[in-house]
Amino acid sequence: MAKMNYKKRWADLEKRIVVSPEGEEFEVDPMQDYFCDAKPRVHPPNKIAPLEKFANWCRAESIYILGFGTGCGAIEMRPLSSAMYDAYRFGVNWRATPRQATVFVIGGYASVKTMKRIVRSYEQMQGPKFVLGLCSCTINGGMYWDSYNTVNRLDHYIPVDVYITGCMPRPEALLDAIDQLKKRIKSGRAEGQNKYAENFEWYKANQKKIIKNWDMPDYSW
Amino acid sequence: MDGFSYNKILFAALTIFFTINYGLILQGIIGKIYARVGRRIGIRLFQPYFNIIRQWATRSAISHGVMYYLGPVFRFTGGAGILIFTPLILDAPLFNSFTYAGDVVLVSYFIFLGTLGMALGGGEAGHPYSAIAVTRGLAQTAAFEISLMLAIYSIAVQYNTISITEIIRAQQGGVLNWTLFTNPIATAAAMLAFLGSMMRSPFDVVLAPQEIPVGPPTEYQSQFLAMLMTNRTIFPVAKTVLYVNLFFGGVALYDSYLLTFVVFFLKTFFVYLWSVFVGVSFPRFRVDQSIRFFIKWPLLIGVIAVVAANIRY
Ligand code: SF4
Repeated sequence: MAKMNYKKRWADLEKRIVVSPEGEEFEVDPMQDYFCDAKPRVHPPNKIAPLEKFANWCRAESIYILGFGTGCGAIEMRPLSSAMYDAYRFGVNWRATPRQATVFVIGGYASVKTMKRIVRSYEQMQGPKFVLGLCSCTINGGMYWDSYNTVNRLDHYIPVDVYITGCMPRPEALLDAIDQLKKRIKSGRAEGQNKYAENFEWYKANQKKIIKNWDMPDYSW
Repeated sequence: MDGFSYNKILFAALTIFFTINYGLILQGIIGKIYARVGRRIGIRLFQPYFNIIRQWATRSAISHGVMYYLGPVFRFTGGAGILIFTPLILDAPLFNSFTYAGDVVLVSYFIFLGTLGMALGGGEAGHPYSAIAVTRGLAQTAAFEISLMLAIYSIAVQYNTISITEIIRAQQGGVLNWTLFTNPIATAAAMLAFLGSMMRSPFDVVLAPQEIPVGPPTEYQSQFLAMLMTNRTIFPVAKTVLYVNLFFGGVALYDSYLLTFVVFFLKTFFVYLWSVFVGVSFPRFRVDQSIRFFIKWPLLIGVIAVVAANIRY
């Protein structure tokens, strides 16, 4: 049963002839028509240094986190919006869509299945984008290091700016990591997006090594 | 409109610049109020500045087509349109750029223009969430627009004019001349419609991130989103100014500029605060509930206002 569904899903992505309500026939190639798979390119920082510094300052002080939790550590992200920790006072906010987020917090172990979504969400984020690796699991696999379906080192698949150790780390640790990230952004060292574009082949090869059923374009905008 | 001069374009640009700053500061204050009600410390007062500059400074952007470009432009036109066709301060040339005899009608079109623009732009983005949210947004906007239009119609009959400047003039000479006191029924209908247009709870199901993710702008990013954010700062101020003009006596030019601005800020701030008070006190309506609400009470009050105005004047 499961196998059949799987096949059906692949068939959806194949080229086919579709008949419009007016009886017109046209060809649909989902991989070409529904997705754009142009390669990412390097976006160099602004040449005028003070402007770039100012922009970086604003980027650091306005952090939009993608509300997507991957592992058990993600539970530590929620208290930040409560009255007790109140991360809003540090300029942190949450967005429900990767299009509008600037920081991706990987909340713990990334299973192969989730990795696919992580890659797609990361690629859909725009502009200078930053990644926080929450939990030991993102650093070396943590207690899942020999598991059959989780990745061990997150930064083999997407560039990571700041790691947080602990199983699980306290919300304060996450706040501290956000602070470190701010320093990194302000100093102009947080160029993960460009790193990803420069080493695109390497990252893709690593991703494809673990994601066996690659049924999506190579780069999803 | 007394002749065209290039100064007017400059003045209009200045008006928009002034409003963007006022809107951003207002957003900071309102964010603070929301936080304090929730017993939090809340955002910094200048957080909205960081957000909007960060958004404009995004490096990469992707487009989904022509309408996707035009969506934010329409939206911005809606906000800026209300602003430059409404006198912010009566008889002050700087804040009166393009007012003319029939501006009430034009401005009420501008209120709707932004939502339509989002429908086209969000539709082209191709995301199903955008399409659903746009449908909800249009339905809700249409629902509260009816009572707002009835209220405007009622005061147009009352003052026998469709020029905002004339309506403000008619309200001068004491607090009791305000539409609030001369036509309280129309004011009530319009103030209920105001809640719907401010995108705050209980009527924020369209844009609330917990619902269909962030509503029509689901696919919007980078400078496109920055344009929408800019509009979100000026649109509420523009609407509030319109309400102050129509129902709360507008802002006249006093002898001292300081006094004029203080009156301007106080009036707009307190009218704006009405939506915030309701927003922090009431939970969110589902879209069918909010439409049912709008076509029940505000509509009824609006019809009464029109009938009463026609009988009295
Ligand atoms: S480090 Fe511990 S808490 Fe964090 S994801 Fe791994 S197992 Fe869960």
